[in-house]
Amino acid sequence: MTLDTVLVIAAALFSVGVYGALSQQVVVMVMMGLELMLNGVILAAAGLWWFLAPAPDGQVLLLVVIAAMTVEMAMGFAVATLLNRSRKSDMTDMATDLSG
Amino acid sequence: MSPVLDAVFWVLAVISVAAGIAVFRVDSMARATYALAVSFVAVGAILLLLNLEYIGVITILMMVMEMAVMAIFMIMFMGMNPALMPMSMVHNKVGSLVLALGVFVVLAGGALLVDWPARRGEPAGDLTRSLGEAVMGSKMLVMLTVSPLLFATLVAALVLATPRGRYDRFGDDLRAATPRGPGEQGDQA
Amino acid sequence: MAEGIIQVGPLGTVTATVLLGIVAVLAAAFDGAVGARLQGRRTLSGAAAPVWEGARLLRQRRRTIVAADSLLWRIGVVGLLVVALLKVAVVPLGAWTVADLSVGVVWFNAMDVMVWALVWLVGWGANSAHALIGGYRFLAQALSYELPLMFALTGPAIAAGSLRVGDVVAAQDELWFVVWMPVAFLVFCAGVVAFSVWGPFGAAAGKDIAGGVLAELSGVDRLLLLAGRYALLSAGAGFAVALFLGGGSGPFAPSWVWTLVKTLAVLAALVGVRRLLPVVRPDRLAEVAWIVVLPAVLLQLLLVSFVVVQ
Repeated sequence: MTLDTVLVIAAALFSVGVYGALSQQVVVMVMMGLELMLNGVILAAAGLWWFLAPAPDGQVLLLVVIAAMTVEMAMGFAVATLLNRSRKSDMTDMATDLSG
Repeated sequence: MSPVLDAVFWVLAVISVAAGIAVFRVDSMARATYALAVSFVAVGAILLLLNLEYIGVITILMMVMEMAVMAIFMIMFMGMNPALMPMSMVHNKVGSLVLALGVFVVLAGGALLVDWPARRGEPAGDLTRSLGEAVMGSKMLVMLTVSPLLFATLVAALVLATPRGRYDRFGDDLRAATPRGPGEQGDQA
Repeated sequence: MAEGIIQVGPLGTVTATVLLGIVAVLAAAFDGAVGARLQGRRTLSGAAAPVWEGARLLRQRRRTIVAADSLLWRIGVVGLLVVALLKVAVVPLGAWTVADLSVGVVWFNAMDVMVWALVWLVGWGANSAHALIGGYRFLAQALSYELPLMFALTGPAIAAGSLRVGDVVAAQDELWFVVWMPVAFLVFCAGVVAFSVWGPFGAAAGKDIAGGVLAELSGVDRLLLLAGRYALLSAGAGFAVALFLGGGSGPFAPSWVWTLVKTLAVLAALVGVRRLLPVVRPDRLAEVAWIVVLPAVLLQLLLVSFVVVQ
């Protein structure tokens, strides 16, 4: 386990998340892609923290990432619920009103 | 690092990535959600290997909870079971794949090619305590910002998601003895 | 590492597993005995009933259901026992503990969140309506009990100034935490009963939905799940002793005896609750949990913080 390997694994997780977030049609599946990207971010941040500068402040950054994830989930579910109620749909392709 | 811990790391790393890929490969909503949970648990365990005990356990705690709730949303919104009626729920598959591979090449290449500096400083003896002191001391502003943000999220999410307020439950003058459930007589939603 | 806490090796882990098994069987026997007494049968036959039932289930053939998700189902069934074991890993028995984690209290919390996923998986995997309703009921209930339980766990950690279970036990040398944290103790015990799908919080396995998550389980699967419930109750009782009842402190006997005696006493109370209280509907529980119990626990924490700062 070196910094390089940890970062490569994190990059793999992030890329799988990118694929999911771009390719999925169902809103909740898109959110799973975003979660996977943040999963990679957590791992990369932890690796950089431990191998480069293990000061206590670095852990705070990880807490912030986890909090960001929570916010993303809560708002995602709220929007998905709203979309479902008003359109009886959970597909991103049916919520493109704002696309140019 | 001892060879045993190194082997543990590789096993966890493979599990986390494989489970991550499985999320978008399996055709059952429950399996997809819990594959993501497995990926998070594996990453949480890697954090434990990096001596981030508190953050690691918290990651496992939060993510298992989130995935348990997520499974419910998945099933509630999908309205049909892809395991029984296989159908493709993706768009722009090739483009996404190319982009994802590109992202991986850039990120992994960067990770391998960059000449990382030597380690600065030593970890504190009790990392959990040092985290607590950072959060309640020099980095308090961060938490002070995060907490109103979380509160605002709570309120905003509830406003977006609930069709019924207290007037629907307790009547216009809020005098009903027992709250009305959704769809009952007099319910406005 | 906390003072006076000895981390045991692999042999100790096996011992902990066996002990958890024995305590869980005792809990089942106690429940059977109480049930038999209430029905006017011989107490001893009731106490032996779980053993015969276990033997019967071991020989019973598994029923299977069309399109059941066996993988997820099995994970849920076996998982409850595994989670109970992982919880016991941080519970000290006298001076011994399997894993003296620096974040033991959070670890216990993380493990009880695992129960959310596992019970729901048991309900989902069966591919049966009643089981699935049971799974949903459990998650609805979990949303009510989890936050009060988390804050109840926080109380002893604040008072001890540490998340290490050994430190929490050591901090109760003079006064057990239950004395000045009665609300947190009661809420914690209620949380244990709730995550064990037991008694008043057993709506997920309710009779009105043909046994809910238990509806489709047969043979060894059913045995594992029933054992898992008792194991969760036992692990919760053990943790309550470490957190609120001074761990192994007590006169005359060695500390491991006291830990066991206290654990069995708490466990008996938790098991007995089933005969005293009716099942609570999860949706009704939500209102009480969020409007009454949660503020009560927070006030308890405020009190604890005041005392600690003083």
